[in-house]
Amino acid sequence: MSQQPDAKQELVLADLADDELVEQVFDDLYDGLADEIAEATRILLGRGWDAKRVLDEALVGGMNIVGADFRDGILFVPEVLLAANAMKAGMAILKPILAETGAESIGKMVIGTVKGDIHDIGKNLVGMMMEGAGFEVVDLGINTHADAYIAALHEHKPDILGMSALLTTTMPYMKVVIDTLKAQGLRDDFIVLVGGAPLNEEFGKAVGANAYCRDAATAVEVAKRLIQERRAARA
Amino acid sequence: MNSSVLIIGCGALGRELAELKRLNNWSHVTLRCLPAELHNRPERIAPALREAIEAGRGEFGHIFVAYADCGTGGDLDRLLAEYGIERLPGAHCYEFYAGSEPFSALAGAEPGTFYLTDFLVRHFDRLVRKGLGLDRHPELMGSYFGNYRRLVYLSQVEDPTLDEKARAHAAYLGLEYHRHPCGFAPFNRAVSERIVQWRS
Repeated sequence: MSQQPDAKQELVLADLADDELVEQVFDDLYDGLADEIAEATRILLGRGWDAKRVLDEALVGGMNIVGADFRDGILFVPEVLLAANAMKAGMAILKPILAETGAESIGKMVIGTVKGDIHDIGKNLVGMMMEGAGFEVVDLGINTHADAYIAALHEHKPDILGMSALLTTTMPYMKVVIDTLKAQGLRDDFIVLVGGAPLNEEFGKAVGANAYCRDAATAVEVAKRLIQERRAARA
Repeated sequence: MNSSVLIIGCGALGRELAELKRLNNWSHVTLRCLPAELHNRPERIAPALREAIEAGRGEFGHIFVAYADCGTGGDLDRLLAEYGIERLPGAHCYEFYAGSEPFSALAGAEPGTFYLTDFLVRHFDRLVRKGLGLDRHPELMGSYFGNYRRLVYLSQVEDPTLDEKARAHAAYLGLEYHRHPCGFAPFNRAVSERIVQWRS
């Protein structure tokens, strides 16, 4: 008796042309398939794609779609987390290669969730997308006191200070940090970006941040723009 | 003068609001609840409330909103200011159930605290396990709860079954279990203080 073919043929990533493979990466990122993302990353590198191109076109491109659909209420937090884990699987392969090329980062950011707040999903997504965009990210973690932010600013001399909060009760602490920067004459040395679910643009202005970023993709766009403007102004 | 009162509240408070109505004999109060699931998308709370307020305006003499800020970052307050409507005090239901000072002490003692109310204990499976995708993807547990240290059950009723369930939820999440009995008094006070001014 002859074998019946499988109703659903398994997709072989290596059989796909470059443009189809990138589309498949978008789909697999969307579906949070970490193993498939790692495999596709290796295939593209094996075909001579440089690491930066794989990162920009395939991984970051795919995560931007995830971000847009999360913003529009099509995807929820679990799907975004799975997609982020899949992207990390690809980035784990690319990072050592990128480090070897010695390419300069486009900027540096120190980021942390504020004092009294232990939520870090949004912060971690921002950190991942900023790294994907070519930034160096120093992550201070959660429950970060003003002293710790400022010590990190002195140590790492970043372009950007990023603060995250998920609670209405903790977000006012961002003003404490910014006021401390002002009191120490440091405010103008850094771009300050703030974000988190209960925040909005009005809040960002009220606490003295340079910008409020509604999501990770916005944080990347705003960071790039503000760094460019700052460098142009200082040139 | 129309002394009828509409309370528009979160579905997570529905049972407790009904109990307050019964305890206080508020025959002039009507309760309408919005889905508790709106908390997963706090930006949708204010628009949903606006619809409910508009639907009730012509019918009732007074409207009260049984929500706290609930992660809306002030959107809810801006909406209520348009209509001159008051809401429950504080940032969230944990605060008005426990009372502001006791809650502040709990949160200050351990920022990594996950809170449950009677409603959340009862509906944990739907709202937490399935709502956060942990049923399909248990590997996400660390992402969600890796920074938490304890679970505090803010109980409204004395019910050993609920206590047992809450303890099991804490074990499922890998968190130390604490129960903080709140009863109804802080919540009753928070609602009554506003409602009583409209009693005919």
